[in-house]
Amino acid sequence: MATTKKKMVQWTPTDIKEELLKKYPPKVARKRAKQILINEANDNEAPEIVANVRTVPGIITMRGCTYAGCKGVILGPTRDLVNITHGPIGCGFYSWLTRRNQTDASAEGAENYMNYCFSTDMHDEDIIFGGEKKLEKAIQEAYDTFHPKSIAIFATCPVGLIGDDIHAVATKMREKFGDCNVFAFSCEGYKGVSQSAGHHIANNQIFKHVVGENDEEKAGEYKINLLGEYNIGGDGFEIDRVLKKCGITNIATFSGNSTYDQFASAHKADLNCVMCHRSINYVADMLETKFGIPWIKVNFIGAKATAKSLRKIAQYFGEKKLIDQVEAVIAEEMPSVEAVRDDVLPRTDGKTAMLFVGGSRAHHYQELFAEIGMSTLSAGYEFAHRDDYEGRQVIPNLKVDADSRNIEELEIEADPERYNPRKPEAELGKLEEAGFKFKHYDGLVTDMDKGTIIIDDLNQYEAEKLVEILKPDIFCAGIKEKFSIQKLGVPMKQLHSYDSGGPYAGFRGAKNFYKEIDRLVNSKIWGYMKAPWQENPELSATYVWE
Amino acid sequence: MLLRHTPKEITERDALVINPAKTCQPIGAMYAALGIHGCLPHSHGSQGCCAYHRSTLTRHYKEPISAATSSFTEGASVFGGQANLIQAINNIFSVYEPEVIAVHTTCLSETIGDDLKQITIKATKDGKIPEGKHVIGASTPSYVGSHVTGFSNMVKSMAMQAEKTGTKNGKVNVIPGWVEPSDMEEIKRLAALVGVDITLFPDTSGVLNGPLSGEYHMFPEGGTTMTELKSTGDAVGTLALGEWCSADAARWLDSTHKVPCKVLDMPFGLSATDRFIDALRIAAGVTVPDEVAHERGQLVDMMSDMHQYFYNKKVALVGDPDQLIAMTEFLVSIDMCPVHIVTGTPGKKFEKRIRELTADMPFEVNVKAAGDMFLLHQWIKNDPVDLIIGNTYCKYIARDEDIPFVRWGFPILDRVGHQYFPTVGYKGGLRLLEKILMALLDRKDRDDPEETFELVL
Ligand code: SF4
Ligand code: SF4
Repeated sequence: MATTKKKMVQWTPTDIKEELLKKYPPKVARKRAKQILINEANDNEAPEIVANVRTVPGIITMRGCTYAGCKGVILGPTRDLVNITHGPIGCGFYSWLTRRNQTDASAEGAENYMNYCFSTDMHDEDIIFGGEKKLEKAIQEAYDTFHPKSIAIFATCPVGLIGDDIHAVATKMREKFGDCNVFAFSCEGYKGVSQSAGHHIANNQIFKHVVGENDEEKAGEYKINLLGEYNIGGDGFEIDRVLKKCGITNIATFSGNSTYDQFASAHKADLNCVMCHRSINYVADMLETKFGIPWIKVNFIGAKATAKSLRKIAQYFGEKKLIDQVEAVIAEEMPSVEAVRDDVLPRTDGKTAMLFVGGSRAHHYQELFAEIGMSTLSAGYEFAHRDDYEGRQVIPNLKVDADSRNIEELEIEADPERYNPRKPEAELGKLEEAGFKFKHYDGLVTDMDKGTIIIDDLNQYEAEKLVEILKPDIFCAGIKEKFSIQKLGVPMKQLHSYDSGGPYAGFRGAKNFYKEIDRLVNSKIWGYMKAPWQENPELSATYVWE
Repeated sequence: MLLRHTPKEITERDALVINPAKTCQPIGAMYAALGIHGCLPHSHGSQGCCAYHRSTLTRHYKEPISAATSSFTEGASVFGGQANLIQAINNIFSVYEPEVIAVHTTCLSETIGDDLKQITIKATKDGKIPEGKHVIGASTPSYVGSHVTGFSNMVKSMAMQAEKTGTKNGKVNVIPGWVEPSDMEEIKRLAALVGVDITLFPDTSGVLNGPLSGEYHMFPEGGTTMTELKSTGDAVGTLALGEWCSADAARWLDSTHKVPCKVLDMPFGLSATDRFIDALRIAAGVTVPDEVAHERGQLVDMMSDMHQYFYNKKVALVGDPDQLIAMTEFLVSIDMCPVHIVTGTPGKKFEKRIRELTADMPFEVNVKAAGDMFLLHQWIKNDPVDLIIGNTYCKYIARDEDIPFVRWGFPILDRVGHQYFPTVGYKGGLRLLEKILMALLDRKDRDDPEETFELVL
């Protein structure tokens, strides 16, 4: 251990970058060099990184596909949709219950199809002669068996190639049924370069086909939507608990623990709060343009971040009653959080982490680690875009390449009847003067220390090298990375699905996370890797048997 | 209720599959390829398939599963994936340095019509395959068959590496089929015990049940080597365990290299293991030592000791054809009654075989190939069972219907053990019975009224 510690000091970030690139063929090295950034961020300007570009064939990537982003991530957590995967069986099978997004369907008569997997299971004859007939029949069978309020169709790779018109089938069936909203997603896996394209396709269709469908008034005060929260390990439950305690009404979560009706009523909220910037910021924009609802970036990962986000919401609504209640809730929740933190801190302080996940968690979770004195040596996203690294100011300058071009951008206009700016210009201006930021996200880079290494679309080879060189106390990524890292003797926490356990959001979540990280980085287990005779192979003495 | 929308009444469905009892070909090909020493499986298609297959295998084995992908985007999907694959081959040999790349196709590359053979020839011509390294391939369109078919296709590609020198190597080829690494280890142990020199392929033992030692090797010690695969053409014979998983490869060796083959059931349970040992002995011309009879006797002992708890208990089964056939025979042999049996893999032969095995059972039997778990659940609702045996997804049915459940098959995402403890052979039979008894007797202890609750069972 002592020798490796010493080694660590000798590596400069530039050395490390060089080491990561050394083995690649020149073309690959050139490409990867632009996605590996040594952070020299000063306070308000982030250096440029290349992101949201294709993965090099043959490189073992962490990324998945557009279908996974669409069906798995965005629509997976909505319990009363019948989600039919149109394609051969695999895609539907693998996305069946594997993401740990929880749902509360305990209400009397509540519908919950999340435990089911529906597929058209295309066979060779469907590929040769087209699968529209089978799809139509499958939709009919689903309708006859379940009578759901909505059926969603998801295209997998072959469907796009053979040219099935899933939208035409959906329209036909929707019109035929009359009481069931059937709509479709062209989320073939080859579109785009990662799951991110799938998020976009999913959100566009939800916006087009569902949002605004229910004009009934919703009860409650201080109405918000929570955008980009997927209730993994019950995060959404905890956030909802805290919001409720504060007196804030959550109309719709996109899409953790959600229902069709939540989406349909989303235009009834007065503020949109964006958690995962990557997967959904454009929906916030569209909701603003069409219905006049402003949006802010929030973060409920980390106790301090939670408190800050609650205060931000209260400040937006600006009413004393809410402001006081939020303060009361924070005052009530924080002591027990602090108590756990104080207990854990002596054991975690000074330890180090690496985070390579998704499109926002690699940023958000740094707050939680910081709360227990742990610094982040290296981080990056699996499928984020430049704005998630460098901040939203780069959006106007983003290059539109062939892969982004095939993801539809909706043209949104103000709704002629329902557009309603939630606050007069002057009031918004006053808030902004007081430092309140709408539509604002600074990205991950500026929050990270100088000299840290930021890597986009990290792959297995680079991960292994990084861990060997920097020996972090914990590494965070997804299931595919988990065991190769752990074989190296470094604990690995999944931050997509959390392995097990959670929630980690909100106040209770912070406590859970502190304890979980304490368990991982201080576990005895990692000390058992070598047998005594491996540690001391020399036979220094012999027993004298008496 | 977890599956609250599943109605008792069964209606015809022929377009919509609900809760599948199978998955797609490439994952089987990937698993088989991991049983080649120094092999990196490669998925020729978009990166999503590969991500899904790796994730599922990782969750099942709790071990790193490395595999690469051609990462198709729209362009490759339209113009073909040759450039992607050649680039991938070059990158893989440069960065990961495997001995072998085992490429399998996906729905996407199959629909486009990419020709693996032709691409490999091009890669060789372009000098992208280093001296002494190999690229092998299998066509695995998921719109045909199931994960079992994909496994079988890759195993056949492994057999096709055989080269015949004309001199017999004195070994018996054993193709184990899609069983766990622990099972492969057990098959090797049994063969050694009987005194037969075998070439087992694929062999994932030592690959997917590795130790934690502070070191990570992308290519662990285990796996059938390319040299061993080459020499399968010189074997004295081949035993293929399982018609669905292994027969194609064995028959290919038989017809191409005149290595005589025998297709057996997978050695789960007493009789199937008996037949396996007997076939091994005959193929190699050896006498079976007493240790084997001793192990066998222990299994018979437990069968008789606990027979009262097995007798006439109804069981629902879901899984893959080869496993289910052997399991059905085993259950019937201890007077348990498998009454609902579903596989997602197509094949009328399966239904016929199950009907034969259950012909003398006192209850009516429902069996379906190309069925799904929704149907199985409906059958259970109409005719309840005492036990469910199947993969992890069964736990939703087991909980809703309050039925004891033994996890066996693929995938098992929520328990461990299958990596380490075999269920093949006589010892494996003991483990299966132990698991079944545990489930049944735990339930009895939970449910027996206080006045009849008993210490000794
Ligand atoms: S596209 Fe085909 S190969 Fe890929 S996951 Fe789906 S079914 Fe399997
Ligand atoms: S076939 Fe396409 S949609 Fe299905 S898993 Fe593979 S990449 Fe994703």
